[in-house]
Amino acid sequence: MNWTAYLPMLWQGAVVTMTITLSAILFGVILAFVFGILRVEGGPILSKVALCYTEVFRGTSLFVQLFWFYYALPLVGLSFDPITTGILVLAAHAGGYGAEIVRGALSSVSVQQMEAARALNFNRLQTLFRISLPQAVVEMMPAFGNLTIETLKLSSLVSLISIADLTFSAQSIRNITLDSTSIYSVTLVCYFAMSLMLMVVVRVIERMVRRGNAFPRAAHS
Amino acid sequence: MTDKPSQPIIEFSNVTKRFGTLTVLDDFNFKVAKGEKVTLIGPSGSGKSTVLRILMTLEPFQEGRLALAGMSYHEPNGKGPFKASEKHLHQIRSHIGMVFQSFNLFPHMTVLRNVVEAPVRVLGLPRGEAECRAVDLLAMVGLADKKDHYPSQLSGGQQQRVAIARALAMRPRVLLFDEPTSALDPQLVGEVLSVIRGLAHEHDLTMLLVTHEMRFAREVSDRVCFFDKGRICEQGEPNAIFGAPKEERTREFLQSVLS
Ligand SMILES: Nc1ncnc2c1ncn2[C@@H]1O[C@H](COP(=O)(O)OP(=O)(O)O)[C@@H](O)[C@H]1O
Ligand SMILES: [Mg+2]
Repeated sequence: MNWTAYLPMLWQGAVVTMTITLSAILFGVILAFVFGILRVEGGPILSKVALCYTEVFRGTSLFVQLFWFYYALPLVGLSFDPITTGILVLAAHAGGYGAEIVRGALSSVSVQQMEAARALNFNRLQTLFRISLPQAVVEMMPAFGNLTIETLKLSSLVSLISIADLTFSAQSIRNITLDSTSIYSVTLVCYFAMSLMLMVVVRVIERMVRRGNAFPRAAHS
Repeated sequence: MTDKPSQPIIEFSNVTKRFGTLTVLDDFNFKVAKGEKVTLIGPSGSGKSTVLRILMTLEPFQEGRLALAGMSYHEPNGKGPFKASEKHLHQIRSHIGMVFQSFNLFPHMTVLRNVVEAPVRVLGLPRGEAECRAVDLLAMVGLADKKDHYPSQLSGGQQQRVAIARALAMRPRVLLFDEPTSALDPQLVGEVLSVIRGLAHEHDLTMLLVTHEMRFAREVSDRVCFFDKGRICEQGEPNAIFGAPKEERTREFLQSVLS
Protein backbone atom coordinates (compact mmCIF):
# COMPACT_ATOMS: atom_id res chain seq x y z
CA MET A 1 0.00 0.00 0.00
CA ASN A 2 1.23 3.49 -0.82
CA TRP A 3 2.36 5.61 2.16
CA THR A 4 0.15 8.52 1.08
CA ALA A 5 -2.87 6.63 2.33
CA TYR A 6 -1.50 7.11 5.81
CA LEU A 7 -1.29 10.91 5.62
CA PRO A 8 -4.40 11.41 7.80
CA MET A 9 -2.71 9.35 10.50
CA LEU A 10 0.39 11.51 10.20
CA TRP A 11 -1.78 14.61 10.41
CA GLN A 12 -3.34 13.33 13.63
CA GLY A 13 0.14 12.76 14.99
CA ALA A 14 1.09 16.31 14.07
CA VAL A 15 -1.98 17.63 15.90
CA VAL A 16 -0.97 15.68 19.01
CA THR A 17 2.59 17.02 18.79
CA MET A 18 1.35 20.57 18.43
CA THR A 19 -1.09 20.19 21.32
CA ILE A 20 1.54 18.77 23.61
CA THR A 21 4.15 21.34 22.60
CA LEU A 22 1.86 24.34 23.00
CA SER A 23 0.49 23.17 26.35
CA ALA A 24 3.98 22.37 27.60
CA ILE A 25 5.25 25.80 26.57
CA LEU A 26 2.29 27.54 28.19
CA PHE A 27 2.73 25.75 31.52
CA GLY A 28 6.49 25.84 31.14
CA VAL A 29 6.48 29.62 30.83
CA ILE A 30 4.30 29.91 33.93
CA LEU A 31 6.68 27.66 35.85
CA ALA A 32 9.63 29.61 34.46
CA PHE A 33 8.28 32.91 35.77
CA VAL A 34 7.29 31.50 39.15
CA PHE A 35 10.62 29.79 39.80
CA GLY A 36 12.75 32.40 38.04
CA ILE A 37 11.23 35.16 40.17
CA LEU A 38 11.62 33.06 43.30
CA ARG A 39 15.30 32.57 42.46
CA VAL A 40 15.81 36.33 42.56
CA GLU A 41 13.23 37.51 45.08
CA GLY A 42 12.35 34.40 47.06
CA GLY A 43 14.47 35.04 50.12
CA PRO A 44 16.79 32.44 51.61
CA ILE A 45 14.44 29.44 51.58
CA LEU A 46 12.22 29.79 48.52
CA SER A 47 15.15 30.74 46.30
CA LYS A 48 16.84 27.47 47.31
CA VAL A 49 13.67 25.55 46.50
CA ALA A 50 13.59 27.19 43.09
CA LEU A 51 17.27 26.41 42.60
CA CYS A 52 16.61 22.71 43.36
CA TYR A 53 13.80 22.64 40.85
CA THR A 54 15.86 24.16 38.05
CA GLU A 55 18.91 22.02 38.77
CA VAL A 56 16.93 18.76 38.92
CA PHE A 57 15.11 19.37 35.66
CA ARG A 58 18.11 20.75 33.84
CA GLY A 59 20.51 18.22 35.27
CA THR A 60 18.68 15.01 34.38
CA SER A 61 17.63 13.74 31.00
CA LEU A 62 14.13 14.35 29.75
CA PHE A 63 14.06 10.74 28.66
CA VAL A 64 14.50 9.52 32.24
CA GLN A 65 12.12 12.16 33.59
CA LEU A 66 9.42 10.90 31.26
CA PHE A 67 9.82 7.29 32.30
CA TRP A 68 10.11 8.22 35.93
CA PHE A 69 6.87 10.20 35.87
CA TYR A 70 5.17 7.55 33.79
CA TYR A 71 6.11 4.57 35.95
CA ALA A 72 6.99 5.97 39.38
CA LEU A 73 4.17 8.44 39.99
CA PRO A 74 1.43 5.80 39.79
CA LEU A 75 3.24 3.98 42.62
CA VAL A 76 2.49 6.93 44.94
CA GLY A 77 -1.08 7.00 43.72
CA LEU A 78 -0.71 9.76 41.18
CA SER A 79 -1.59 8.47 37.79
CA PHE A 80 -2.18 10.56 34.73
CA ASP A 81 -2.92 9.51 31.21
CA PRO A 82 0.14 9.48 28.93
CA ILE A 83 -0.67 12.79 27.25
CA THR A 84 -1.00 14.63 30.57
CA THR A 85 2.19 13.02 31.79
CA GLY A 86 3.95 14.06 28.60
CA ILE A 87 2.75 17.64 28.90
CA LEU A 88 3.66 17.87 32.59
CA VAL A 89 7.15 16.53 32.11
CA LEU A 90 7.88 18.65 29.06
CA ALA A 91 6.49 21.69 30.88
CA ALA A 92 8.61 21.03 33.95
CA HIS A 93 11.64 20.56 31.73
CA ALA A 94 11.00 23.77 29.79
CA GLY A 95 10.21 25.49 33.10
CA GLY A 96 13.62 24.51 34.46
CA TYR A 97 15.43 26.10 31.54
CA GLY A 98 12.95 28.97 31.39
CA ALA A 99 13.48 29.80 35.07
CA GLU A 100 17.16 30.32 34.30
CA ILE A 101 16.21 32.62 31.43
CA VAL A 102 13.92 34.62 33.73
CA ARG A 103 16.52 34.78 36.48
CA GLY A 104 19.24 35.88 34.06
CA ALA A 105 17.08 38.57 32.49
CA LEU A 106 15.92 39.88 35.87
CA SER A 107 19.45 40.17 37.15
CA SER A 108 20.51 41.92 33.96
CA VAL A 109 18.25 44.90 34.73
CA SER A 110 20.67 47.63 35.69
CA VAL A 111 21.41 48.62 39.25
CA GLN A 112 20.62 52.21 38.26
CA GLN A 113 17.05 51.24 37.44
CA MET A 114 16.72 49.65 40.87
CA GLU A 115 18.12 52.75 42.51
CA ALA A 116 15.77 55.01 40.59
CA ALA A 117 12.88 52.83 41.74
CA ARG A 118 14.10 52.98 45.32
CA ALA A 119 14.53 56.74 45.18
CA LEU A 120 10.89 56.99 44.09
CA ASN A 121 9.93 54.81 47.03
CA PHE A 122 8.51 51.86 45.10
CA ASN A 123 8.38 48.78 47.32
CA ARG A 124 9.96 45.47 46.33
CA LEU A 125 6.93 44.00 44.61
CA GLN A 126 6.19 47.21 42.71
CA THR A 127 9.81 47.39 41.61
CA LEU A 128 9.66 43.79 40.45
CA PHE A 129 6.40 43.96 38.56
CA ARG A 130 6.48 47.53 37.27
CA ILE A 131 10.18 48.20 36.72
CA SER A 132 12.30 45.07 36.41
CA LEU A 133 10.01 42.48 34.86
CA PRO A 134 8.73 44.64 31.99
CA GLN A 135 12.33 45.39 31.04
CA ALA A 136 13.52 41.84 31.62
CA VAL A 137 10.76 40.30 29.48
CA VAL A 138 12.20 42.01 26.42
CA GLU A 139 15.58 40.44 27.16
CA MET A 140 13.98 37.03 27.63
CA MET A 141 12.22 36.85 24.28
CA PRO A 142 15.03 35.49 22.08
CA ALA A 143 15.88 32.80 24.64
CA PHE A 144 12.22 31.85 25.06
CA GLY A 145 12.00 31.61 21.29
CA ASN A 146 14.81 29.05 21.29
CA LEU A 147 13.24 27.21 24.20
CA THR A 148 9.96 26.97 22.28
CA ILE A 149 11.65 25.33 19.29
CA GLU A 150 13.67 23.12 21.63
CA THR A 151 10.47 21.98 23.32
CA LEU A 152 8.91 21.12 19.98
CA LYS A 153 11.93 19.00 19.12
CA LEU A 154 12.06 17.32 22.52
CA SER A 155 8.36 16.55 22.34
CA SER A 156 9.21 13.64 20.01
CA LEU A 157 10.44 11.80 23.10
CA VAL A 158 6.85 11.41 24.34
CA SER A 159 6.43 8.76 21.65
CA LEU A 160 8.43 6.58 24.06
CA ILE A 161 5.54 6.48 26.52
CA SER A 162 3.28 5.38 23.68
CA ILE A 163 1.74 8.73 22.82
CA ALA A 164 0.72 8.81 19.18
CA ASP A 165 2.49 12.05 18.30
CA LEU A 166 4.07 12.87 14.96
CA THR A 167 7.19 10.78 15.58
CA PHE A 168 5.17 7.83 16.88
CA SER A 169 2.84 7.95 13.87
CA ALA A 170 5.77 8.16 11.48
CA GLN A 171 7.34 5.11 13.05
CA SER A 172 4.08 3.16 12.90
CA ILE A 173 3.54 4.01 9.26
CA ARG A 174 7.11 3.10 8.44
CA ASN A 175 6.65 -0.26 10.15
CA ILE A 176 3.69 -0.98 7.91
CA THR A 177 4.91 0.44 4.60
CA LEU A 178 8.65 -0.08 5.14
CA ASP A 179 9.15 3.11 3.14
CA SER A 180 11.47 4.97 5.51
CA THR A 181 12.72 7.63 3.11
CA SER A 182 9.36 9.03 2.09
CA ILE A 183 7.76 8.92 5.47
CA TYR A 184 10.68 10.50 7.32
CA SER A 185 11.02 13.16 4.65
CA VAL A 186 7.41 14.15 5.17
CA THR A 187 7.87 14.05 8.94
CA LEU A 188 10.91 16.28 8.69
CA VAL A 189 8.96 18.80 6.64
CA CYS A 190 6.11 18.67 9.18
CA TYR A 191 8.43 19.43 12.11
CA PHE A 192 10.05 22.21 10.14
CA ALA A 193 6.68 23.73 9.26
CA MET A 194 5.61 23.64 12.90
CA SER A 195 8.84 25.24 14.00
CA LEU A 196 8.37 27.99 11.45
CA MET A 197 4.87 28.62 12.75
CA LEU A 198 6.09 28.78 16.32
CA MET A 199 8.87 31.18 15.34
CA VAL A 200 6.36 33.47 13.69
CA VAL A 201 4.21 33.44 16.84
CA VAL A 202 7.26 34.18 19.00
CA ARG A 203 8.22 37.09 16.74
CA VAL A 204 4.72 38.55 17.00
CA ILE A 205 4.78 38.29 20.78
CA GLU A 206 8.26 39.78 20.86
CA ARG A 207 7.07 42.73 18.84
CA MET A 208 4.12 43.22 21.18
CA VAL A 209 6.43 43.11 24.16
CA ARG A 210 8.72 45.70 22.65
CA ARG A 211 5.73 48.01 22.41
CA GLY A 212 6.53 50.28 19.54
CA ASN A 213 9.31 52.67 20.30
CA ALA A 214 9.96 51.87 23.94
CA PHE A 215 13.14 49.96 23.24
CA PRO A 216 15.57 50.74 20.50
CA ARG A 217 16.35 47.39 18.94
CA ALA A 218 19.20 45.83 20.85
CA ALA A 219 22.24 44.81 18.85
CA HIS A 220 21.95 41.14 19.78
CA SER A 221 18.35 40.59 18.73
CA MET B 1 6.51 66.61 61.51
CA THR B 2 8.72 66.87 64.52
CA ASP B 3 11.12 69.44 63.11
CA LYS B 4 11.27 72.95 64.50
CA PRO B 5 12.20 75.93 62.36
CA SER B 6 15.64 76.19 63.91
CA GLN B 7 16.44 72.51 63.49
CA PRO B 8 18.55 71.51 60.48
CA ILE B 9 16.64 69.39 58.00
CA ILE B 10 19.72 67.24 57.40
CA GLU B 11 22.16 66.40 60.14
CA PHE B 12 25.15 64.05 59.81
CA SER B 13 26.79 63.55 63.20
CA ASN B 14 30.08 61.67 63.31
CA VAL B 15 29.06 59.44 60.43
CA THR B 16 31.53 56.81 59.28
CA LYS B 17 31.02 55.00 56.01
CA ARG B 18 33.21 52.15 54.83
CA PHE B 19 33.27 49.99 51.75
CA GLY B 20 35.00 46.91 53.09
CA THR B 21 38.30 48.24 54.42
CA LEU B 22 38.07 51.53 52.54
CA THR B 23 36.82 54.32 54.77
CA VAL B 24 35.01 56.81 52.57
CA LEU B 25 33.51 59.10 55.22
CA ASP B 26 35.35 59.33 58.50
CA ASP B 27 33.66 60.99 61.44
CA PHE B 28 31.69 63.15 59.04
CA ASN B 29 29.67 66.12 60.32
CA PHE B 30 27.39 68.12 58.10
CA LYS B 31 24.23 70.14 58.60
CA VAL B 32 21.84 71.64 56.11
CA ALA B 33 19.13 74.12 57.03
CA LYS B 34 15.64 73.89 55.67
CA GLY B 35 15.44 75.56 52.26
CA GLU B 36 19.19 75.86 51.97
CA LYS B 37 20.85 75.28 48.59
CA VAL B 38 24.18 73.58 49.14
CA THR B 39 26.68 72.61 46.47
CA LEU B 40 29.25 69.90 47.00
CA ILE B 41 32.40 70.23 44.94
CA GLY B 42 35.68 68.38 45.05
CA PRO B 43 37.85 65.86 43.25
CA SER B 44 36.44 62.58 42.01
CA GLY B 45 36.41 59.91 44.69
CA SER B 46 36.21 62.36 47.57
CA GLY B 47 32.86 61.01 48.78
CA LYS B 48 30.34 63.51 47.39
CA SER B 49 28.07 60.92 45.81
CA THR B 50 28.34 58.77 48.89
CA VAL B 51 26.84 61.56 50.99
CA LEU B 52 23.84 61.80 48.67
CA ARG B 53 23.48 58.04 48.37
CA ILE B 54 23.47 57.61 52.13
CA LEU B 55 20.76 60.25 52.39
CA MET B 56 18.69 58.49 49.72
CA THR B 57 19.11 55.19 51.64
CA LEU B 58 20.93 53.66 48.68
CA GLU B 59 23.92 53.01 50.95
CA PRO B 60 24.00 52.11 54.63
CA PHE B 61 26.57 53.67 56.94
CA GLN B 62 28.37 52.03 59.81
CA GLU B 63 28.75 54.54 62.61
CA GLY B 64 27.40 57.85 63.77
CA ARG B 65 24.01 59.40 63.47
CA LEU B 66 22.05 60.81 60.58
CA ALA B 67 18.70 62.54 60.86
CA LEU B 68 16.31 63.98 58.34
CA ALA B 69 13.78 66.47 59.66
CA GLY B 70 14.45 65.13 63.13
CA MET B 71 13.93 61.52 62.06
CA SER B 72 16.88 59.28 62.77
CA TYR B 73 17.99 56.91 60.01
CA HIS B 74 18.88 54.16 62.48
CA GLU B 75 16.09 52.73 64.57
CA PRO B 76 16.86 51.83 68.18
CA ASN B 77 16.44 48.11 67.53
CA GLY B 78 16.92 48.29 63.79
CA LYS B 79 18.35 45.24 62.04
CA GLY B 80 20.17 44.62 58.77
CA PRO B 81 22.76 46.83 57.11
CA PHE B 82 20.53 49.90 57.43
CA LYS B 83 19.70 49.25 61.10
CA ALA B 84 16.13 50.19 60.30
CA SER B 85 12.98 48.52 59.02
CA GLU B 86 11.91 48.88 55.40
CA LYS B 87 8.85 50.76 56.65
CA HIS B 88 11.03 53.30 58.43
CA LEU B 89 13.28 53.76 55.39
CA HIS B 90 10.16 54.16 53.28
CA GLN B 91 9.05 57.01 55.48
CA ILE B 92 12.42 58.73 55.32
CA ARG B 93 12.57 58.40 51.54
CA SER B 94 9.16 60.00 51.21
CA HIS B 95 10.81 63.36 51.97
CA ILE B 96 13.70 63.03 49.52
CA GLY B 97 14.05 62.94 45.78
CA MET B 98 17.13 62.25 43.72
CA VAL B 99 18.30 63.12 40.24
CA PHE B 100 21.05 60.88 38.90
CA GLN B 101 23.95 61.55 36.60
CA SER B 102 22.66 58.98 34.11
CA PHE B 103 18.98 60.07 34.32
CA ASN B 104 17.75 56.51 34.95
CA LEU B 105 14.35 57.03 33.38
CA PHE B 106 12.30 53.86 32.98
CA PRO B 107 12.82 52.95 29.32
CA HIS B 108 9.59 50.98 28.99
CA MET B 109 7.36 53.86 30.06
CA THR B 110 6.39 57.00 28.23
CA VAL B 111 7.54 60.32 29.63
CA LEU B 112 4.13 60.88 31.21
CA ARG B 113 4.08 57.46 32.84
CA ASN B 114 7.60 57.95 34.13
CA VAL B 115 6.31 60.98 36.02
CA VAL B 116 2.93 59.56 37.01
CA GLU B 117 3.82 56.03 38.07
CA ALA B 118 5.24 56.72 41.52
CA PRO B 119 2.62 59.28 42.60
CA VAL B 120 -0.10 56.79 41.63
CA ARG B 121 1.48 53.61 43.03
CA VAL B 122 3.38 54.99 45.99
CA LEU B 123 1.37 58.04 47.08
CA GLY B 124 -1.95 56.59 45.93
CA LEU B 125 -2.99 59.68 43.99
CA PRO B 126 -5.89 59.18 41.57
CA ARG B 127 -4.45 58.77 38.08
CA GLY B 128 -6.29 61.77 36.67
CA GLU B 129 -4.99 64.09 39.33
CA ALA B 130 -1.46 62.67 39.03
CA GLU B 131 -1.57 63.21 35.27
CA CYS B 132 -2.68 66.82 35.65
CA ARG B 133 0.20 67.50 37.98
CA ALA B 134 2.61 65.61 35.75
CA VAL B 135 1.61 67.71 32.75
CA ASP B 136 2.18 70.88 34.80
CA LEU B 137 5.60 69.65 35.87
CA LEU B 138 6.51 68.68 32.32
CA ALA B 139 5.45 72.13 31.18
CA MET B 140 7.65 73.61 33.87
CA VAL B 141 10.68 71.75 32.50
CA GLY B 142 9.62 72.68 28.97
CA LEU B 143 8.61 69.21 27.80
CA ALA B 144 4.81 69.16 27.79
CA ASP B 145 4.84 68.25 24.10
CA LYS B 146 6.99 65.17 24.72
CA LYS B 147 4.70 63.46 27.19
CA ASP B 148 3.86 60.54 24.91
CA HIS B 149 7.44 59.93 23.81
CA TYR B 150 9.65 57.20 25.19
CA PRO B 151 12.93 58.14 26.88
CA SER B 152 14.94 56.64 24.02
CA GLN B 153 13.40 59.24 21.71
CA LEU B 154 14.69 62.14 23.80
CA SER B 155 18.06 63.84 24.00
CA GLY B 156 20.08 63.53 27.20
CA GLY B 157 19.13 67.02 28.28
CA GLN B 158 15.45 66.28 27.76
CA GLN B 159 15.74 63.00 29.64
CA GLN B 160 17.35 64.74 32.57
CA ARG B 161 14.59 67.34 32.64
CA VAL B 162 12.01 64.55 32.70
CA ALA B 163 13.96 62.96 35.54
CA ILE B 164 13.73 66.24 37.47
CA ALA B 165 9.97 66.40 36.85
CA ARG B 166 9.69 62.78 37.98
CA ALA B 167 11.49 63.52 41.23
CA LEU B 168 9.41 66.65 41.86
CA ALA B 169 6.17 64.75 41.30
CA MET B 170 6.76 63.05 44.65
CA ARG B 171 6.81 66.47 46.34
CA PRO B 172 10.12 66.01 48.13
CA ARG B 173 11.31 68.47 50.75
CA VAL B 174 14.90 67.67 49.92
CA LEU B 175 16.14 67.21 46.38
CA LEU B 176 19.52 65.63 45.66
CA PHE B 177 21.36 66.13 42.38
CA ASP B 178 24.37 63.94 41.65
CA GLU B 179 26.28 65.56 38.79
CA PRO B 180 23.09 66.09 36.79
CA THR B 181 24.89 67.51 33.77
CA SER B 182 28.06 65.41 33.71
CA ALA B 183 26.70 62.88 31.23
CA LEU B 184 25.46 65.55 28.81
CA ASP B 185 26.91 66.95 25.64
CA PRO B 186 28.13 70.50 26.36
CA GLN B 187 25.38 72.12 24.30
CA LEU B 188 22.69 70.39 26.40
CA VAL B 189 24.02 71.40 29.81
CA GLY B 190 22.41 74.82 29.74
CA GLU B 191 18.79 73.64 29.45
CA VAL B 192 19.17 71.39 32.49
CA LEU B 193 20.93 74.04 34.54
CA SER B 194 18.19 76.55 33.79
CA VAL B 195 15.58 74.13 35.17
CA ILE B 196 17.65 73.64 38.32
CA ARG B 197 18.14 77.40 38.56
CA GLY B 198 14.35 77.76 38.55
CA LEU B 199 14.09 75.34 41.45
CA ALA B 200 16.72 77.21 43.39
CA HIS B 201 14.18 80.01 43.78
CA GLU B 202 11.74 77.69 45.56
CA HIS B 203 11.98 78.90 49.08
CA ASP B 204 10.98 75.68 50.87
CA LEU B 205 12.92 73.19 48.81
CA THR B 206 16.24 72.08 50.27
CA MET B 207 18.77 71.27 47.58
CA LEU B 208 22.01 69.33 47.66
CA LEU B 209 23.87 69.52 44.41
CA VAL B 210 27.06 67.77 43.37
CA THR B 211 28.44 69.48 40.30
CA HIS B 212 31.53 70.42 38.35
CA GLU B 213 29.81 73.50 36.92
CA MET B 214 31.59 76.04 39.08
CA ARG B 215 30.00 79.14 37.62
CA PHE B 216 26.58 77.66 38.18
CA ALA B 217 27.48 76.62 41.74
CA ARG B 218 28.56 80.15 42.49
CA GLU B 219 25.34 81.52 41.11
CA VAL B 220 22.72 79.31 42.79
CA SER B 221 24.23 78.15 46.08
CA ASP B 222 23.79 79.55 49.53
CA ARG B 223 26.81 77.54 50.56
CA VAL B 224 29.58 75.65 48.81
CA CYS B 225 31.35 72.70 50.45
CA PHE B 226 34.70 71.60 49.14
CA PHE B 227 35.22 67.87 49.71
CA ASP B 228 38.56 66.23 49.92
CA LYS B 229 39.22 62.63 50.97
CA GLY B 230 35.87 62.12 52.69
CA ARG B 231 35.90 65.37 54.61
CA ILE B 232 34.62 68.85 54.08
CA CYS B 233 37.92 70.61 53.73
CA GLU B 234 36.46 74.09 53.42
CA GLN B 235 32.97 75.55 53.20
CA GLY B 236 31.33 78.92 53.03
CA GLU B 237 29.47 81.35 50.88
CA PRO B 238 30.17 80.94 47.17
CA ASN B 239 31.97 84.25 46.95
CA ALA B 240 34.25 83.31 49.80
CA ILE B 241 35.08 79.86 48.43
CA PHE B 242 35.53 80.90 44.83
CA GLY B 243 36.84 84.40 45.50
CA ALA B 244 39.17 83.86 48.41
CA PRO B 245 39.69 80.19 49.26
CA LYS B 246 41.63 79.75 52.48
CA GLU B 247 42.82 76.19 52.08
CA GLU B 248 45.67 75.25 49.77
CA ARG B 249 43.74 72.15 48.58
CA THR B 250 40.74 74.26 47.62
CA ARG B 251 42.91 76.65 45.64
CA GLU B 252 44.59 73.76 43.83
CA PHE B 253 41.29 72.16 43.00
CA LEU B 254 39.68 75.35 41.77
CA GLN B 255 42.71 76.14 39.68
CA SER B 256 42.57 72.69 38.09
CA VAL B 257 38.89 72.93 37.19
CA LEU B 258 38.71 76.57 36.23
CA SER B 259 41.76 76.59 33.97
N1 LIG C 1 29.99 50.47 45.85
C1 LIG C 1 31.26 50.80 46.18
N2 LIG C 1 32.14 49.85 46.55
C2 LIG C 1 33.40 50.16 46.89
N3 LIG C 1 33.90 51.40 46.88
C3 LIG C 1 33.09 52.41 46.50
C4 LIG C 1 31.73 52.15 46.14
N4 LIG C 1 31.14 53.33 45.82
C5 LIG C 1 32.10 54.27 45.99
N5 LIG C 1 33.27 53.73 46.39
C6 LIG C 1 34.50 54.46 46.70
O1 LIG C 1 34.20 55.47 47.63
C7 LIG C 1 34.95 56.63 47.36
C8 LIG C 1 34.04 57.83 47.25
O2 LIG C 1 33.21 57.64 46.12
P1 LIG C 1 32.13 58.72 45.67
O3 LIG C 1 31.30 59.09 46.83
O4 LIG C 1 31.45 58.14 44.50
O5 LIG C 1 33.05 59.93 45.24
P2 LIG C 1 32.68 61.21 44.37
O6 LIG C 1 31.21 61.22 44.12
O7 LIG C 1 33.15 62.36 45.18
O8 LIG C 1 33.47 61.07 43.10
C9 LIG C 1 35.76 56.35 46.11
O9 LIG C 1 37.06 56.00 46.50
C10 LIG C 1 35.06 55.18 45.50
O10 LIG C 1 35.96 54.38 44.80
MG1 LIG D 1 30.23 61.01 42.27
